[in-house]
Amino acid sequence: MTAGTGSAGGAVPEAITEAFRQEWGRILAALIGTTGSWDLAEECAQEAFAQALRSWPRDGVPRRPGAWLTTVARNHALDRLRRSAAESAKLREVAALSPGQEPDSFDDESGIPDDRLRLMFTCCHPALALEARVALTLRTLAGLTTAEIARAFLVGEPTMAKRLVRAKNKIHDARIPYRVPPAHLLPERTSGVLAVLYLLFNEGYSATAGTDIIRRSLCAEAIRLTRVLGRLMPDEPEVLGLLALMLFQDARRTARVDSAGDLVTLEDQDRTRWDQQEIGEGAGLVEAALRRGRPGPYQLQAAIAACHATAPDAAGTDWAEIALLYGELAPMVPSPVVQLNRAVAVAMADGPAAGLELVGAIEASGALSGYHLLAATRADLLRRLGRHGAAARSYREALALATTDAERRYLARRLADAENQA
Amino acid sequence: MKYMLMICRDPSIELNAEEQAELVSSANAWVKEMDSRGIRQFGQALQPVSDATTVRVRGADVLIADGPFAETKEHIAGFDVIECADLDEALDVAARHPVAKAGAVEVRPFWAE
Repeated sequence: MTAGTGSAGGAVPEAITEAFRQEWGRILAALIGTTGSWDLAEECAQEAFAQALRSWPRDGVPRRPGAWLTTVARNHALDRLRRSAAESAKLREVAALSPGQEPDSFDDESGIPDDRLRLMFTCCHPALALEARVALTLRTLAGLTTAEIARAFLVGEPTMAKRLVRAKNKIHDARIPYRVPPAHLLPERTSGVLAVLYLLFNEGYSATAGTDIIRRSLCAEAIRLTRVLGRLMPDEPEVLGLLALMLFQDARRTARVDSAGDLVTLEDQDRTRWDQQEIGEGAGLVEAALRRGRPGPYQLQAAIAACHATAPDAAGTDWAEIALLYGELAPMVPSPVVQLNRAVAVAMADGPAAGLELVGAIEASGALSGYHLLAATRADLLRRLGRHGAAARSYREALALATTDAERRYLARRLADAENQA
Repeated sequence: MKYMLMICRDPSIELNAEEQAELVSSANAWVKEMDSRGIRQFGQALQPVSDATTVRVRGADVLIADGPFAETKEHIAGFDVIECADLDEALDVAARHPVAKAGAVEVRPFWAE
Protein backbone atom coordinates (compact mmCIF):
# COMPACT_ATOMS: atom_id res chain seq x y z
CA MET A 1 0.00 0.00 0.00
CA THR A 2 2.27 2.71 -1.21
CA ALA A 3 -0.17 5.48 -2.01
CA GLY A 4 1.75 7.21 -4.71
CA THR A 5 2.76 10.74 -4.21
CA GLY A 6 6.18 9.35 -4.98
CA SER A 7 6.26 9.65 -8.76
CA ALA A 8 6.75 13.42 -8.59
CA GLY A 9 10.56 13.49 -8.25
CA GLY A 10 11.10 16.51 -5.93
CA ALA A 11 8.44 15.45 -3.45
CA VAL A 12 10.30 12.38 -2.21
CA PRO A 13 13.40 13.98 -0.68
CA GLU A 14 11.09 16.55 0.84
CA ALA A 15 8.87 13.83 2.26
CA ILE A 16 11.91 12.09 3.74
CA THR A 17 13.18 15.32 5.29
CA GLU A 18 9.75 15.97 6.71
CA ALA A 19 9.42 12.40 7.99
CA PHE A 20 12.83 12.71 9.60
CA ARG A 21 11.87 15.87 11.44
CA GLN A 22 8.49 14.52 12.51
CA GLU A 23 9.32 10.90 13.19
CA TRP A 24 12.97 10.51 14.23
CA GLY A 25 12.36 11.11 17.93
CA ARG A 26 9.28 8.96 18.02
CA ILE A 27 10.90 6.03 16.19
CA LEU A 28 14.02 6.20 18.33
CA ALA A 29 11.96 6.43 21.52
CA ALA A 30 9.90 3.39 20.52
CA LEU A 31 13.01 1.37 19.66
CA ILE A 32 14.80 2.24 22.90
CA GLY A 33 11.65 1.19 24.73
CA THR A 34 11.58 -2.11 22.86
CA THR A 35 15.24 -3.07 22.79
CA GLY A 36 16.63 -1.25 25.81
CA SER A 37 19.69 -0.35 23.76
CA TRP A 38 20.29 3.26 22.77
CA ASP A 39 23.01 2.41 20.26
CA LEU A 40 21.05 -0.34 18.58
CA ALA A 41 18.00 1.92 18.41
CA GLU A 42 19.98 4.73 16.82
CA GLU A 43 21.62 2.49 14.25
CA CYS A 44 18.34 0.84 13.27
CA ALA A 45 16.52 4.18 12.98
CA GLN A 46 19.31 5.38 10.70
CA GLU A 47 19.03 2.23 8.60
CA ALA A 48 15.29 2.75 8.24
CA PHE A 49 15.81 6.25 6.88
CA ALA A 50 18.56 4.99 4.57
CA GLN A 51 16.13 2.38 3.26
CA ALA A 52 13.48 5.08 2.73
CA LEU A 53 15.97 7.03 0.65
CA ARG A 54 16.40 3.96 -1.56
CA SER A 55 12.85 2.70 -1.84
CA TRP A 56 10.55 5.73 -1.64
CA PRO A 57 11.76 7.24 -4.95
CA ARG A 58 11.09 3.85 -6.56
CA ASP A 59 7.89 2.75 -4.79
CA GLY A 60 6.40 6.06 -3.76
CA VAL A 61 5.98 7.59 -0.33
CA PRO A 62 3.97 5.27 1.93
CA ARG A 63 0.66 6.55 3.20
CA ARG A 64 1.88 6.53 6.77
CA PRO A 65 5.58 7.27 6.60
CA GLY A 66 5.99 7.05 10.37
CA ALA A 67 4.47 3.58 10.59
CA TRP A 68 6.54 2.40 7.62
CA LEU A 69 9.78 3.71 9.13
CA THR A 70 9.00 2.26 12.56
CA THR A 71 8.32 -1.18 11.13
CA VAL A 72 11.47 -1.16 9.03
CA ALA A 73 13.56 0.02 11.97
CA ARG A 74 12.01 -2.60 14.23
CA ASN A 75 12.68 -5.34 11.70
CA HIS A 76 16.31 -4.24 11.51
CA ALA A 77 16.50 -4.43 15.29
CA LEU A 78 14.95 -7.89 15.23
CA ASP A 79 17.49 -9.07 12.62
CA ARG A 80 20.38 -7.70 14.62
CA LEU A 81 19.21 -9.31 17.83
CA ARG A 82 18.53 -12.62 16.13
CA ARG A 83 22.13 -12.65 15.01
CA SER A 84 23.41 -12.17 18.52
CA ALA A 85 22.43 -15.16 20.62
CA ALA A 86 23.57 -13.47 23.80
CA GLU A 87 20.62 -11.13 23.55
CA SER A 88 18.01 -13.85 23.63
CA ALA A 89 16.01 -12.23 26.41
CA LYS A 90 15.73 -9.04 24.43
CA LEU A 91 14.86 -11.02 21.32
CA ARG A 92 11.77 -12.33 23.02
CA GLU A 93 10.76 -8.79 23.85
CA VAL A 94 11.20 -7.65 20.27
CA ALA A 95 9.34 -10.64 18.94
CA ALA A 96 6.51 -10.01 21.37
CA LEU A 97 6.23 -6.39 20.40
CA SER A 98 6.83 -6.71 16.69
CA PRO A 99 3.58 -6.68 14.77
CA GLY A 100 5.20 -9.01 12.25
CA GLN A 101 3.70 -7.16 9.34
CA GLU A 102 5.27 -6.01 6.16
CA PRO A 103 5.85 -2.28 6.24
CA ASP A 104 3.40 -1.53 3.47
CA SER A 105 0.56 -3.40 5.15
CA PHE A 106 0.57 -0.97 8.05
CA ASP A 107 -2.81 0.63 7.97
CA ASP A 108 -2.96 2.87 10.96
CA GLU A 109 -0.65 4.55 13.38
CA SER A 110 -1.73 2.61 16.42
CA GLY A 111 1.32 0.40 15.94
CA ILE A 112 3.66 3.24 16.95
CA PRO A 113 3.86 3.64 20.68
CA ASP A 114 4.66 7.21 21.59
CA ASP A 115 7.58 6.77 23.93
CA ARG A 116 8.91 10.27 23.45
CA LEU A 117 7.82 11.35 26.92
CA ARG A 118 9.90 8.55 28.47
CA LEU A 119 12.79 9.55 26.25
CA MET A 120 12.52 13.20 27.29
CA PHE A 121 12.52 12.40 30.99
CA THR A 122 15.47 10.06 30.59
CA CYS A 123 17.51 12.54 28.53
CA CYS A 124 16.80 15.26 31.10
CA HIS A 125 17.52 13.10 34.16
CA PRO A 126 19.23 15.16 36.88
CA ALA A 127 21.94 12.49 37.31
CA LEU A 128 23.32 13.60 33.91
CA ALA A 129 25.36 16.79 33.58
CA LEU A 130 23.29 19.68 32.26
CA GLU A 131 25.33 19.97 29.07
CA ALA A 132 24.88 16.23 28.46
CA ARG A 133 21.11 16.55 28.96
CA VAL A 134 20.96 19.26 26.33
CA ALA A 135 23.14 17.37 23.85
CA LEU A 136 21.27 14.10 24.36
CA THR A 137 17.90 15.80 23.86
CA LEU A 138 19.09 17.30 20.58
CA ARG A 139 20.62 14.05 19.37
CA THR A 140 17.80 11.68 20.26
CA LEU A 141 14.62 13.75 20.16
CA ALA A 142 15.49 16.30 17.51
CA GLY A 143 17.77 14.07 15.44
CA LEU A 144 20.55 16.63 15.09
CA THR A 145 23.89 15.10 14.16
CA THR A 146 26.79 15.16 16.61
CA ALA A 147 28.57 17.60 14.26
CA GLU A 148 25.58 19.95 14.27
CA ILE A 149 25.30 19.90 18.06
CA ALA A 150 29.04 20.47 18.41
CA ARG A 151 28.81 23.52 16.14
CA ALA A 152 25.83 24.89 18.02
CA PHE A 153 27.73 24.75 21.30
CA LEU A 154 31.07 25.81 19.85
CA VAL A 155 32.94 22.69 20.86
CA GLY A 156 34.82 20.20 18.70
CA GLU A 157 32.98 17.21 17.29
CA PRO A 158 35.12 14.66 19.20
CA THR A 159 34.35 16.49 22.46
CA MET A 160 30.63 16.39 21.75
CA ALA A 161 30.80 12.75 20.66
CA LYS A 162 32.55 11.88 23.93
CA ARG A 163 29.94 13.80 25.91
CA LEU A 164 27.13 11.84 24.24
CA VAL A 165 28.85 8.48 24.69
CA ARG A 166 29.53 9.19 28.36
CA ALA A 167 25.89 10.13 28.94
CA LYS A 168 24.57 7.03 27.17
CA ASN A 169 27.01 4.86 29.13
CA LYS A 170 25.82 6.32 32.39
CA ILE A 171 22.17 5.74 31.48
CA HIS A 172 23.05 2.11 30.86
CA ASP A 173 25.61 1.46 33.62
CA ALA A 174 23.86 3.30 36.44
CA ARG A 175 20.44 2.14 35.20
CA ILE A 176 18.74 5.48 34.81
CA PRO A 177 15.15 4.34 34.29
CA TYR A 178 13.47 4.78 30.91
CA ARG A 179 10.09 5.98 32.09
CA VAL A 180 7.86 8.85 32.97
CA PRO A 181 8.66 9.45 36.65
CA PRO A 182 6.12 8.44 39.30
CA ALA A 183 3.83 11.09 40.78
CA HIS A 184 6.08 12.03 43.71
CA LEU A 185 8.98 12.85 41.38
CA LEU A 186 6.95 14.24 38.48
CA PRO A 187 6.71 17.97 39.34
CA GLU A 188 10.45 18.26 40.01
CA ARG A 189 11.44 16.20 36.95
CA THR A 190 9.00 18.04 34.69
CA SER A 191 10.53 21.36 35.63
CA GLY A 192 13.91 19.76 34.84
CA VAL A 193 12.73 18.90 31.33
CA LEU A 194 11.32 22.42 30.86
CA ALA A 195 14.62 23.92 32.02
CA VAL A 196 16.52 21.93 29.38
CA LEU A 197 14.09 22.99 26.64
CA TYR A 198 14.31 26.64 27.69
CA LEU A 199 18.08 26.47 27.84
CA LEU A 200 18.04 25.03 24.31
CA PHE A 201 15.88 27.91 23.18
CA ASN A 202 18.04 30.56 24.86
CA GLU A 203 21.20 29.01 23.46
CA GLY A 204 19.77 29.69 20.02
CA TYR A 205 18.17 33.00 20.92
CA SER A 206 21.21 34.63 22.48
CA ALA A 207 23.19 34.22 19.26
CA THR A 208 23.21 37.66 17.62
CA ALA A 209 24.64 38.99 14.35
CA GLY A 210 26.29 36.65 11.87
CA THR A 211 24.43 33.86 13.52
CA ASP A 212 25.01 30.29 12.52
CA ILE A 213 21.96 28.70 10.97
CA ILE A 214 22.38 25.75 13.35
CA ARG A 215 22.03 28.00 16.37
CA ARG A 216 18.93 29.50 14.83
CA SER A 217 17.45 26.07 14.36
CA LEU A 218 17.90 25.46 18.09
CA CYS A 219 15.03 27.87 18.73
CA ALA A 220 12.84 26.10 16.22
CA GLU A 221 13.69 22.69 17.71
CA ALA A 222 13.06 23.92 21.26
CA ILE A 223 9.64 25.20 20.21
CA ARG A 224 8.85 22.00 18.33
CA LEU A 225 9.85 19.77 21.27
CA THR A 226 7.89 21.92 23.71
CA ARG A 227 4.85 21.53 21.43
CA VAL A 228 5.34 17.75 21.51
CA LEU A 229 5.65 17.85 25.31
CA GLY A 230 2.48 19.94 25.48
CA ARG A 231 0.59 17.30 23.51
CA LEU A 232 2.00 14.50 25.66
CA MET A 233 1.32 16.31 28.97
CA PRO A 234 -1.87 18.23 28.21
CA ASP A 235 -2.66 18.78 31.90
CA GLU A 236 0.56 20.58 32.72
CA PRO A 237 0.02 24.36 32.42
CA GLU A 238 3.72 25.14 32.84
CA VAL A 239 4.46 23.41 29.53
CA LEU A 240 1.95 25.70 27.80
CA GLY A 241 3.49 28.62 29.67
CA LEU A 242 6.96 27.80 28.42
CA LEU A 243 5.71 27.33 24.86
CA ALA A 244 4.00 30.73 25.01
CA LEU A 245 7.12 32.35 26.46
CA MET A 246 9.26 30.96 23.64
CA LEU A 247 6.76 32.09 21.01
CA PHE A 248 6.69 35.66 22.36
CA GLN A 249 10.48 35.84 22.34
CA ASP A 250 10.75 34.21 18.94
CA ALA A 251 8.22 36.70 17.55
CA ARG A 252 10.70 39.51 18.26
CA ARG A 253 13.69 37.71 16.74
CA THR A 254 14.23 39.91 13.69
CA ALA A 255 13.40 43.18 15.45
CA ARG A 256 15.87 42.78 18.29
CA VAL A 257 19.04 43.35 16.29
CA ASP A 258 19.70 46.43 14.13
CA SER A 259 21.56 46.48 10.81
CA ALA A 260 24.87 47.00 12.65
CA GLY A 261 24.26 43.90 14.75
CA ASP A 262 23.56 45.82 17.95
CA LEU A 263 20.79 44.73 20.28
CA VAL A 264 17.72 46.97 20.12
CA THR A 265 15.90 47.44 23.43
CA LEU A 266 12.28 46.35 23.62
CA GLU A 267 11.23 49.98 23.86
CA ASP A 268 12.92 50.91 20.59
CA GLN A 269 12.02 47.86 18.52
CA ASP A 270 10.01 48.26 15.33
CA ARG A 271 6.82 46.52 16.38
CA THR A 272 5.65 46.03 12.81
CA ARG A 273 8.46 43.47 12.51
CA TRP A 274 7.09 41.33 15.33
CA ASP A 275 5.53 38.07 14.19
CA GLN A 276 1.82 38.58 14.93
CA GLN A 277 0.95 34.95 14.30
CA GLU A 278 3.34 33.76 17.02
CA ILE A 279 2.12 36.49 19.37
CA GLY A 280 -1.49 35.47 18.78
CA GLU A 281 -0.73 31.83 19.45
CA GLY A 282 1.27 32.70 22.58
CA ALA A 283 -1.52 34.90 23.92
CA GLY A 284 -4.05 32.10 23.47
CA LEU A 285 -1.73 29.59 25.18
CA VAL A 286 -0.93 31.73 28.19
CA GLU A 287 -4.60 32.50 28.69
CA ALA A 288 -5.55 28.82 28.48
CA ALA A 289 -2.73 27.91 30.90
CA LEU A 290 -3.62 30.53 33.51
CA ARG A 291 -7.27 29.49 33.40
CA ARG A 292 -6.18 26.21 35.04
CA GLY A 293 -5.55 28.19 38.22
CA ARG A 294 -2.07 26.72 38.83
CA PRO A 295 0.28 29.57 37.95
CA GLY A 296 4.00 28.84 37.77
CA PRO A 297 7.18 30.69 36.78
CA TYR A 298 6.88 30.02 33.03
CA GLN A 299 3.22 31.01 32.89
CA LEU A 300 3.96 34.25 34.74
CA GLN A 301 6.95 35.08 32.57
CA ALA A 302 4.80 34.36 29.51
CA ALA A 303 2.05 36.62 30.88
CA ILE A 304 4.62 39.39 31.32
CA ALA A 305 5.90 38.81 27.78
CA ALA A 306 2.27 38.92 26.59
CA CYS A 307 1.83 42.40 28.12
CA HIS A 308 4.81 43.62 26.12
CA ALA A 309 3.88 41.77 22.94
CA THR A 310 0.30 42.98 22.79
CA ALA A 311 0.95 46.63 23.73
CA PRO A 312 0.27 48.96 20.78
CA ASP A 313 3.54 50.83 21.50
CA ALA A 314 6.08 51.19 24.32
CA ALA A 315 4.10 54.01 25.95
CA GLY A 316 0.91 51.93 25.88
CA THR A 317 2.44 49.05 27.87
CA ASP A 318 0.35 47.96 30.86
CA TRP A 319 3.09 48.43 33.46
CA ALA A 320 0.71 48.11 36.40
CA GLU A 321 -0.18 44.59 35.25
CA ILE A 322 3.49 43.75 34.65
CA ALA A 323 4.45 45.01 38.13
CA LEU A 324 1.69 42.84 39.58
CA LEU A 325 2.91 39.76 37.68
CA TYR A 326 6.49 40.32 38.83
CA GLY A 327 5.16 40.57 42.37
CA GLU A 328 3.71 37.06 41.93
CA LEU A 329 6.81 35.74 40.18
CA ALA A 330 9.37 37.04 42.71
CA PRO A 331 8.54 34.62 45.57
CA MET A 332 8.53 31.65 43.14
CA VAL A 333 11.87 32.45 41.54
CA PRO A 334 14.31 33.57 44.22
CA SER A 335 16.42 35.52 41.73
CA PRO A 336 17.68 39.07 42.30
CA VAL A 337 17.38 39.65 38.53
CA VAL A 338 13.62 39.09 38.84
CA GLN A 339 13.62 41.60 41.72
CA LEU A 340 15.44 44.09 39.52
CA ASN A 341 12.93 43.62 36.69
CA ARG A 342 10.16 44.08 39.20
CA ALA A 343 11.73 47.36 40.34
CA VAL A 344 11.78 48.57 36.71
CA ALA A 345 8.12 47.66 36.24
CA VAL A 346 7.12 49.34 39.51
CA ALA A 347 9.03 52.47 38.43
CA MET A 348 7.09 52.52 35.18
CA ALA A 349 3.76 51.95 36.93
CA ASP A 350 4.14 54.02 40.12
CA GLY A 351 6.98 56.41 39.30
CA PRO A 352 10.78 56.32 39.56
CA ALA A 353 10.84 57.00 43.32
CA ALA A 354 8.94 53.75 44.04
CA GLY A 355 11.32 51.85 41.76
CA LEU A 356 14.37 53.43 43.37
CA GLU A 357 13.23 52.19 46.75
CA LEU A 358 13.17 48.59 45.47
CA VAL A 359 16.58 49.04 43.80
CA GLY A 360 17.90 50.25 47.16
CA ALA A 361 16.63 47.06 48.81
CA ILE A 362 18.42 44.90 46.21
CA GLU A 363 21.64 46.88 46.72
CA ALA A 364 21.37 46.48 50.47
CA SER A 365 21.13 42.69 50.04
CA GLY A 366 24.39 42.74 48.06
CA ALA A 367 23.02 40.05 45.74
CA LEU A 368 23.80 41.85 42.49
CA SER A 369 26.92 43.80 43.44
CA GLY A 370 29.10 44.17 40.36
CA TYR A 371 26.15 43.66 37.98
CA HIS A 372 26.17 46.56 35.52
CA LEU A 373 22.40 46.52 34.98
CA LEU A 374 21.82 47.25 38.66
CA ALA A 375 23.89 50.43 38.44
CA ALA A 376 22.37 51.27 35.05
CA THR A 377 18.84 50.89 36.44
CA ARG A 378 19.62 53.12 39.42
CA ALA A 379 21.18 55.68 37.03
CA ASP A 380 18.10 55.66 34.80
CA LEU A 381 15.69 56.15 37.73
CA LEU A 382 17.81 59.02 39.14
CA ARG A 383 17.85 60.64 35.68
CA ARG A 384 14.07 60.47 35.52
CA LEU A 385 13.88 62.07 38.97
CA GLY A 386 16.02 64.95 37.61
CA ARG A 387 18.94 64.06 39.92
CA HIS A 388 21.49 64.31 37.11
CA GLY A 389 24.63 64.51 39.24
CA ALA A 390 23.79 61.27 41.08
CA ALA A 391 22.66 59.72 37.78
CA ALA A 392 26.04 60.50 36.20
CA ARG A 393 27.87 58.78 39.07
CA SER A 394 25.76 55.64 38.61
CA TYR A 395 26.18 55.70 34.81
CA ARG A 396 29.95 55.89 35.36
CA GLU A 397 29.77 52.88 37.67
CA ALA A 398 27.64 50.93 35.16
CA LEU A 399 30.02 51.84 32.32
CA ALA A 400 32.97 50.40 34.23
CA LEU A 401 31.09 47.13 34.78
CA ALA A 402 29.49 46.70 31.32
CA THR A 403 30.63 43.65 29.36
CA THR A 404 29.74 44.34 25.73
CA ASP A 405 30.68 47.17 23.37
CA ALA A 406 27.06 47.87 22.49
CA GLU A 407 26.21 48.37 26.17
CA ARG A 408 29.27 50.56 26.70
CA ARG A 409 28.28 52.78 23.75
CA TYR A 410 24.75 53.16 25.10
CA LEU A 411 25.89 53.93 28.66
CA ALA A 412 28.55 56.43 27.46
CA ARG A 413 25.84 58.32 25.58
CA ARG A 414 23.62 58.43 28.66
CA LEU A 415 26.54 59.50 30.84
CA ALA A 416 27.36 62.42 28.52
CA ASP A 417 23.71 63.56 28.61
CA ALA A 418 23.60 63.39 32.41
CA GLU A 419 26.87 65.30 32.76
CA ASN A 420 25.56 68.04 30.47
CA GLN A 421 22.45 68.47 32.56
CA ALA A 422 24.07 68.20 35.97
CA MET B 1 21.14 -3.72 40.41
CA LYS B 2 23.79 -3.17 43.09
CA TYR B 3 25.07 0.25 44.06
CA MET B 4 27.63 1.32 46.60
CA LEU B 5 26.84 4.36 48.69
CA MET B 6 29.91 6.17 49.86
CA ILE B 7 28.96 8.13 52.93
CA CYS B 8 31.08 11.27 52.95
CA ARG B 9 31.50 13.67 55.83
CA ASP B 10 33.23 17.00 56.11
CA PRO B 11 35.44 16.62 59.21
CA SER B 12 35.70 20.40 59.58
CA ILE B 13 32.06 20.39 60.63
CA GLU B 14 32.32 19.31 64.24
CA LEU B 15 29.28 17.96 66.00
CA ASN B 16 28.60 18.35 69.69
CA ALA B 17 27.77 15.27 71.73
CA GLU B 18 24.05 15.74 71.31
CA GLU B 19 24.26 16.18 67.51
CA GLN B 20 26.57 13.17 67.26
CA ALA B 21 24.13 11.02 69.21
CA GLU B 22 21.28 12.24 67.01
CA LEU B 23 23.26 11.37 63.87
CA VAL B 24 24.08 7.90 65.14
CA SER B 25 20.49 7.17 66.06
CA SER B 26 19.08 8.37 62.73
CA ALA B 27 21.79 6.40 60.87
CA ASN B 28 20.75 3.31 62.84
CA ALA B 29 17.11 3.94 61.93
CA TRP B 30 18.11 4.22 58.26
CA VAL B 31 20.05 0.93 58.45
CA LYS B 32 17.13 -0.80 60.12
CA GLU B 33 14.65 0.45 57.53
CA MET B 34 16.83 -0.43 54.51
CA ASP B 35 17.66 -3.85 55.97
CA SER B 36 14.00 -4.62 56.53
CA ARG B 37 13.12 -3.54 52.98
CA GLY B 38 15.77 -5.92 51.65
CA ILE B 39 17.64 -3.04 50.05
CA ARG B 40 20.78 -2.85 52.18
CA GLN B 41 23.07 -5.83 51.63
CA PHE B 42 26.05 -4.83 53.72
CA GLY B 43 27.63 -1.74 55.15
CA GLN B 44 30.09 -0.41 57.65
CA ALA B 45 31.21 2.80 59.28
CA LEU B 46 34.96 3.41 59.08
CA GLN B 47 37.61 4.87 61.36
CA PRO B 48 38.64 8.43 60.43
CA VAL B 49 41.21 9.09 57.68
CA SER B 50 43.80 9.85 60.35
CA ASP B 51 43.90 6.07 60.74
CA ALA B 52 44.20 5.45 56.98
CA THR B 53 47.32 4.07 55.32
CA THR B 54 47.82 4.18 51.56
CA VAL B 55 49.86 1.60 49.66
CA ARG B 56 51.30 2.06 46.16
CA VAL B 57 53.60 -0.36 44.35
CA ARG B 58 55.94 1.30 41.87
CA GLY B 59 58.31 -1.11 40.20
CA ALA B 60 59.87 -3.13 42.97
CA ASP B 61 59.06 -0.56 45.64
CA VAL B 62 56.15 -0.81 48.00
CA LEU B 63 55.37 2.77 48.99
CA ILE B 64 53.53 3.15 52.24
CA ALA B 65 52.14 6.49 53.30
CA ASP B 66 50.13 7.77 56.18
CA GLY B 67 46.73 9.19 55.23
CA PRO B 68 44.05 8.78 52.55
CA PHE B 69 44.73 8.29 48.81
CA ALA B 70 43.38 11.73 47.97
CA GLU B 71 43.32 14.94 49.96
CA THR B 72 39.72 16.09 49.76
CA LYS B 73 37.50 18.21 51.92
CA GLU B 74 35.08 15.36 52.40
CA HIS B 75 36.16 11.94 53.59
CA ILE B 76 34.53 8.57 53.25
CA ALA B 77 33.13 7.83 56.68
CA GLY B 78 31.39 4.61 55.75
CA PHE B 79 29.78 2.67 52.93
CA ASP B 80 26.67 0.67 52.18
CA VAL B 81 25.97 -1.79 49.41
CA ILE B 82 22.34 -1.62 48.30
CA GLU B 83 20.20 -3.55 45.82
CA CYS B 84 17.72 -1.35 43.91
CA ALA B 85 15.50 -1.53 40.85
CA ASP B 86 17.12 1.50 39.22
CA LEU B 87 19.04 4.71 39.87
CA ASP B 88 15.93 6.62 40.95
CA GLU B 89 15.39 4.17 43.79
CA ALA B 90 19.07 4.28 44.73
CA LEU B 91 19.00 8.10 44.79
CA ASP B 92 15.95 8.02 47.02
CA VAL B 93 17.67 5.61 49.44
CA ALA B 94 20.78 7.83 49.44
CA ALA B 95 18.73 10.98 50.05
CA ARG B 96 17.23 9.38 53.17
CA HIS B 97 20.66 8.74 54.71
CA PRO B 98 21.14 11.26 57.55
CA VAL B 99 24.69 12.16 56.46
CA ALA B 100 23.27 13.45 53.13
CA LYS B 101 21.95 16.45 55.10
CA ALA B 102 25.35 17.77 56.18
CA GLY B 103 27.84 15.79 54.09
CA ALA B 104 27.30 13.94 50.82
CA VAL B 105 26.46 10.46 49.60
CA GLU B 106 28.07 9.27 46.37
CA VAL B 107 26.08 6.61 44.52
CA ARG B 108 28.19 4.27 42.38
CA PRO B 109 26.75 1.40 40.35
CA PHE B 110 28.56 -1.92 40.57
CA TRP B 111 30.63 -2.92 37.58
CA ALA B 112 28.47 -5.29 35.54
CA GLU B 113 30.24 -8.59 34.81
